[in-house]
Amino acid sequence: MQTATHEILDIEAIRRDFPILDQVVNGRQLVYFDNAATTQKPLPVLHALTRYYEGYNANIHRGIHTLAEKATSAFEASRRAIQQFLNAAHVEEIIFTYGTTDGINLVAQTYGRRFLKEGDEIIITTMEHHSNIVPWQMLCEEKGCILKVIPIDDKGDLILEEYEKLLSERTKFVSAVHVSNAMGTINPVKFLIEKAHAVGAKVLIDGAQASSHIDIDVQALDADFYVFSAHKLYGPTGMGVLYGKRDILNAMPPWRGGGEMIKEVTFEKTTYNDLPYKFEAGTPNIADVIAVYAALEYIETLGKKKIADYEHSLLNYATEALESIDGLRIIGQSAEKISVVSFVLDGIHHQDTGVILDQQGIAVRTGHHCTQPLMRRFNLTGTTRASFAVYNTKEEIDRLVQGLLRVKKMML
Amino acid sequence: MTINEKQDEIIEDFDLFDDQLDKTQYIIDIGKKLPPMPVQFQTDENLIRGCQSKVWLHSEMRGDTVHFEADSEPTAQISKGLVSLLIRILSNEKAEDIANADLYFIDRIGLSNLVTSRRAGGLASMIQQMKQFSAAQAGKNRTTEQPTL
Repeated sequence: MQTATHEILDIEAIRRDFPILDQVVNGRQLVYFDNAATTQKPLPVLHALTRYYEGYNANIHRGIHTLAEKATSAFEASRRAIQQFLNAAHVEEIIFTYGTTDGINLVAQTYGRRFLKEGDEIIITTMEHHSNIVPWQMLCEEKGCILKVIPIDDKGDLILEEYEKLLSERTKFVSAVHVSNAMGTINPVKFLIEKAHAVGAKVLIDGAQASSHIDIDVQALDADFYVFSAHKLYGPTGMGVLYGKRDILNAMPPWRGGGEMIKEVTFEKTTYNDLPYKFEAGTPNIADVIAVYAALEYIETLGKKKIADYEHSLLNYATEALESIDGLRIIGQSAEKISVVSFVLDGIHHQDTGVILDQQGIAVRTGHHCTQPLMRRFNLTGTTRASFAVYNTKEEIDRLVQGLLRVKKMML
Repeated sequence: MTINEKQDEIIEDFDLFDDQLDKTQYIIDIGKKLPPMPVQFQTDENLIRGCQSKVWLHSEMRGDTVHFEADSEPTAQISKGLVSLLIRILSNEKAEDIANADLYFIDRIGLSNLVTSRRAGGLASMIQQMKQFSAAQAGKNRTTEQPTL
């Protein structure tokens, strides 16, 4: 069934939409396998950026001239597109941020500081990115809350019984990653949310790695908050989204103060603007917000299901090919994974692996992937990670395998 | 041999290779020849900061010259090779000469892309640590200054 659907995608044509892929790096055709860090941008996204700057660059919302109107309308069209992308109930539930990290910090600093108090418990998972650990630690330090961590098993799956044991009436917030950036594990976030809600806790889902691979329906999930970054789904850097349920966002105090987020300012008192503007102080990242529309349209045109099926075929192919390499161990063996393969090679430092692959034109990520506690769980300092996007091919995976055999030959 | 003569010799060696992979192989092989470092020198204090992998550098005065010893965690072979290259060039030289050395070999053998980034074992940090020790020994108060590479 997967074969039937992904054959419809014309990968060669898709690759032509990403001019950056057609280049020689260190004497070899580039193989870009660092998509979990950031994906490349297709021509429609690049064109949207230049069209804005060439044709209608203007500050939004307050201008009455034609360019400002055009920019505002494109800016707000992106908000509606994201609302649809997440199936959010209301357009004002979509807050623009600078990225996933920014969104998590916003929630910790507003919801967290307003509603959490000493002794309250916050639950995260072992596989969180530092961006979903540190903001909560900072909050815990300030408010005297307690951070609890859901353990994982050797395959890289959450141990759900342990999660249920952690939950109690003291649990006030759960913040969990939808998909692990370091292992690719897809977490059962609907289950996490249901159980958290049963004890009255609110839930934030970090969708940084999920957004380009998985269909997201915040209403079906019943997520209180959902955050992601545009640059990991074929969009520009420096632009992200915080989804929050309207009632909760309304109850939260603003974070940054400044222009746009106010209704009226006097020296005595300021009244704040309505959602979503209450959380969007200052001139936003207009160009990148506008360009994300093109990224979402691009994904929709290809079809998210087809992309996911194709990426899954790459994952299966890569898993099998890499496992055939003697001394290679894949970290993260969950049955539910996106197209990320993290691995270690016996006796070879991940950094050396990365350097020698790079010298063969193959871009991977090495290190702890901003998940040091997870690495510690596996008794590792880091891994080598290859992550695939829709424009990658099996031939490129063959190049990776050949590249790794060369690494072994040089090192051992 | 002076520092520059040693650099020129290494440049000559690397000139034999066109391919970056062959150069890297050569660096790895140089690392394999580095004499083992006494375990008592593998301290946190001797760890080179800014390396993704663990590399220890021990520096001491022997007479009027600076003597360096280094090692890495066993798997980090490129880092070990890089620090070995530096030791070949700088160890047993006068502190002042090390502090003032212009390490042009890095550019000439095509390693400059490894100096600025974190990619290849913190070569810049290794150099910085060697130069800082030497500058301090040379009696110059340059410890807070960024040494020239």
